Formats: sequence, C-alpha cells, structure tokens
Amino acid sequence: MLQRPSQAPGVFAAVGVPPVVWLFALFLAPLAVIWTYSFGENRTLVDIAITGSWGNYARALKPLYLAILLKSMGFAALTTVLCFILGLPVALAITFASRRAKLLLLVAIMLPFWTNLLIRTYALMAILRTEGLINSGLGALWGIVPGLPPFEPLPLINNNFAVVIGLVYVHLPFMVLPLYAALDRLDRSLIEASLDLGAGHLATLWRVVVPLALPGIVSGIIITFIPALGAYLTPDLLGGTNSQMIANVIERQFRSANDWPFGAALSFLLMYLTFAALMVQAIISRRSAEREAAR
Amino acid sequence: MKGPLDYLARWPLRLWLAMVGAFLYLPLLALVVFSFNDSRRITVWRGFSLRWYAELFDDGELVAAFGNSLVIAASSTLISLILGTLAALLLWRFRFAGKAPLEALLGLPIVVPEICLGVAFLVFFTAIVPWPTELPWPLNLGAIIIAHATFSFSFVALVVRARLASFDGALAEAARDLGAGEWLIFRDIMVPHMVPGLVAGALLAFTLSLDDFVITFFTSGPDTITFPIKVYSMVRFSVTPAVNAASTLLILLTAGLTALALWLQGADIAKQAA
Repeated sequence: MLQRPSQAPGVFAAVGVPPVVWLFALFLAPLAVIWTYSFGENRTLVDIAITGSWGNYARALKPLYLAILLKSMGFAALTTVLCFILGLPVALAITFASRRAKLLLLVAIMLPFWTNLLIRTYALMAILRTEGLINSGLGALWGIVPGLPPFEPLPLINNNFAVVIGLVYVHLPFMVLPLYAALDRLDRSLIEASLDLGAGHLATLWRVVVPLALPGIVSGIIITFIPALGAYLTPDLLGGTNSQMIANVIERQFRSANDWPFGAALSFLLMYLTFAALMVQAIISRRSAEREAAR
Repeated sequence: MKGPLDYLARWPLRLWLAMVGAFLYLPLLALVVFSFNDSRRITVWRGFSLRWYAELFDDGELVAAFGNSLVIAASSTLISLILGTLAALLLWRFRFAGKAPLEALLGLPIVVPEICLGVAFLVFFTAIVPWPTELPWPLNLGAIIIAHATFSFSFVALVVRARLASFDGALAEAARDLGAGEWLIFRDIMVPHMVPGLVAGALLAFTLSLDDFVITFFTSGPDTITFPIKVYSMVRFSVTPAVNAASTLLILLTAGLTALALWLQGADIAKQAA
C-alpha cells in the first residue's frame, strides 16, 4: 500500500529531496542551459547573447548539415537492420537452448558489452587497418600464388564501411538482449502447432514468431537505433573525412569551432530525434498491450 | 533426441552462432594476443614479451590517469548509490502529485544521447558554474565525478527498485507495531533485503564510470586525464602494443568485476534456495 507524503513527511523529505534536487540542479539545469543557448548568438568568442532567434535551427537544416543528419540516420538504420539480421538467429538459439547453454550464450553476448567502448573500437581498428590483420592475412595468401600483380590492400578503414561495421560490432548486444527477452516469453505450443500443421521453420518464424514477438522486436530496434544515431567514438576513430556523423559535428562546434549556440541547436535536434524514436516505441507497445487485453 | 525446437542442434544455426561469436571475439582476442608481442608492430607476431606492460608502469602519466579513473569511479559510485537508493525508496513507498513526471525524468539520463549530456556538462562547468582548475587532487576531478554520478544514479535507482519489488511490507509493519522507528526499520530490515540490488547497482555504476569516454572527454579540463582519455590519445597518435597492454588490463578489470557481480548474485540465489 503506497503512502501519502503527509503520512510520513520526514521520511518523504529525506528520501525525496536529495535525488530530486540533484536531478534538477545537475541534470536538467545543464540541459536547460544549452537549450537556451540554442536560441542565442555568438557576440564575441565567449559572450553569447540569447536573442530568441531560430537562426541556429535554420542553419542546422541547411543542405550541408541536413545531409549529415540524414546520413547519421541512414547509418543508424543500416546498423539496426544488420544487427537484427545477425541477432535474430542468435536470440532464437539462446531462447531454445538448454539451461546451461543459455547462461553461457547470454554471458558470451554480454561480455563484450561490459568491455570499454573505446577498447572495442580500437580492437576493430587493429583488424581493419591497411596493415591490419585482414589485409596482412590476405596479402600473405596473395603472395602464395605466383605471377599475380603486387597486393593492393583493401580499403577497410576510414570510410563508411568501417563506421557501419564498427556500429554493428558495438550495438549487437543491444539488439540480442531485448529480442531474447521477447522470444523467451512466447507460448511455445503456438510454434509447435505451426510446425505440426506443416509450416516450415522459416514460414513459422515469419508468420508466427515475428508477429507475436513484435513489441520486443520494436524495442530491440529502438534500443539499437538510439545509441547508434548519437555515436561519437565509432565515426571518429573508424570513419574518414566523409563519414562524420551528427555527434562529430556537435563536438566540433564545442571544441574547435567554438560556435556553442549552433552546437546546442544540433544537439537538441539529436535529442528530439531520440525522443521521437522513444515515442514510436511507447505507442507500439501500448497498442500491442491493448490488443492483448482485448483478446 | 532432437526436438523440433532444438534450434541449437541444427548446423546452420551453429554455423551462424560461430560466425557471430568470431565477429565479437576475434578482434578482442587479437588485441590481447598482440599485447604480448615482442615488436612495435601490432599485426606481425615476433615472440612473447612483457615489455609493453613494463613500459606501461613506467609511464607516469598513464599510471596517474588510471588512479584518477579509479577515484572517479569510486566516488561517483558512492554518490549514485546513495541518490539511486533514495530515489528508489521514494518511488516505491510514496504516492504523490508529480510522481509520473518524476519517473520519466529519472529515466531520462539513460536515454539522452551521451554527446548531448557531454556538451551540456561542458557548458555548465565552464560558463555557468566554472569548476576551479587549481584545486588539489582529487578535488579537481569533482566535475567529472558529478557528471558520472548524474548519468549512473538512474541505473542504480532502476536496479534497486526492482529489488524492492520483492520486499514483504508485512515485515516493516510488524517491526513498526513492535515499536521500531523508521531508521531502525531502514537499517535492520530494508537494507539487508536490498543488499543484492545495492551490490549490483554499485558494480553497474562503477563499470559505467570506468568505461565512460564521451562525457569525460567533454567534462575534463586539460590537466585531468582519465584512463580512457589517455588511451584515446594513445590510439590517436601512436598505435603500439602499449595500447593493447593498457586495454588488456582494463578488460581484465571489468571482466573481474562482472564475474564478481555474477558470483555475488549467484550466491544470493543459492542462499534463497537453501
């Protein structure tokens, strides 16, 4: 039974005040500051006047920056699709594994997740570099065959390809875990019935498993898409000059270009995109809960 | 016998799992292996050597950065443990006006893109409340500690609240009827029940802090270097096995912490079963 604050005012204040004050003073206030800056203008290098103009947002939507925004969304979407294709069979295998194997596979998926993002990105750099493991391995194979022209290393790094590979590498657990959580809750007799009645495994997957697990699939997609969209380190280390994402542009406004108002507007655009993605998820999961209740 | 749902026993799926496993683990494995390479190159094996590890310990800046990271992680864990537990207790025990918005607000640090939070802290700690740079160590790390506590205490609140859901309110009622005050109930009944959640939350906060690069990158001044920041500048400027060695040490540390968390939770489950 939940209490009203008046029933234990001392306790209410003791447990309520510290976290609420912290959230307002040290989380909301910094965000509010850059939100205000996003409507400002640089007067001098350090003096920012809040003029209430939408100029920064207008500039952010000019073709140059809009292209980067769209490209970031494209990268994030492609990453999400690849994670889904890679992750769905893995989630299926975990769901129907024995207890022991299940635990082992879950830990195996989680472990890279607990490893530092920077380190995982660096590990990929060492593989993909021009003198990296893939190219030196291919070069060695190339050398075995006589009479071939000299080996040209494949361009595996500092391009869009490397960024997407890096994003998939980093975000795969984000997809597998919600998918597994959704699949694990499924009523297995429905799958068995479908197989008994003559549907193949792929048909069962597509026409029984996927529709039933849709809310989990949607949350896996959103949970993967959001951090991929805001990724900074992956495009920074693996990308080339042409594969910068929105987070890199934001960083440049704050650390080298010193255009805080514009950077603030860009980061709020990224924030609004994130909220939009979360709203899509909320709507879909509510709709499926209603459908379930109506059944 | 192979049932229709034993997907794990089917070879296409096994092959798929092996491929995904290789994709996830081969880069990390190569990283660890080449940290022991007796050569400046990180792709051609020259023989076993520990020289890069020795070099790490001779690098004063790197050792200091590691010390900074541990202090930041420990302090921000302590703060986020207290704040997160209080927030969890507040939401678990009370019904009040504005509860739903507060819950949403509490969830926000988990979903706000790191880069946005990073630049917000950058502006906040340079233009609004400038964090003095000449403070003695470890006070000069204060801004980073605050930033880390802010993004990790929501996670702690989530974990502790999940644990509180299994608390039997009758225990607290009984204690109250027998004359125990709020503090006594909290200390002797609530806290012992919350311990697994507190441990899991603390380890989560510690790992999140140790792992964070983006937010630290924006919050730290030029003189406050943490381990990930130092590794980042090493990666940027020179790729030598020293980076591999530093990474291997950090992997070992986080893997150890994760194993500890799993083991503690396993012990807790075993205790409940007994």
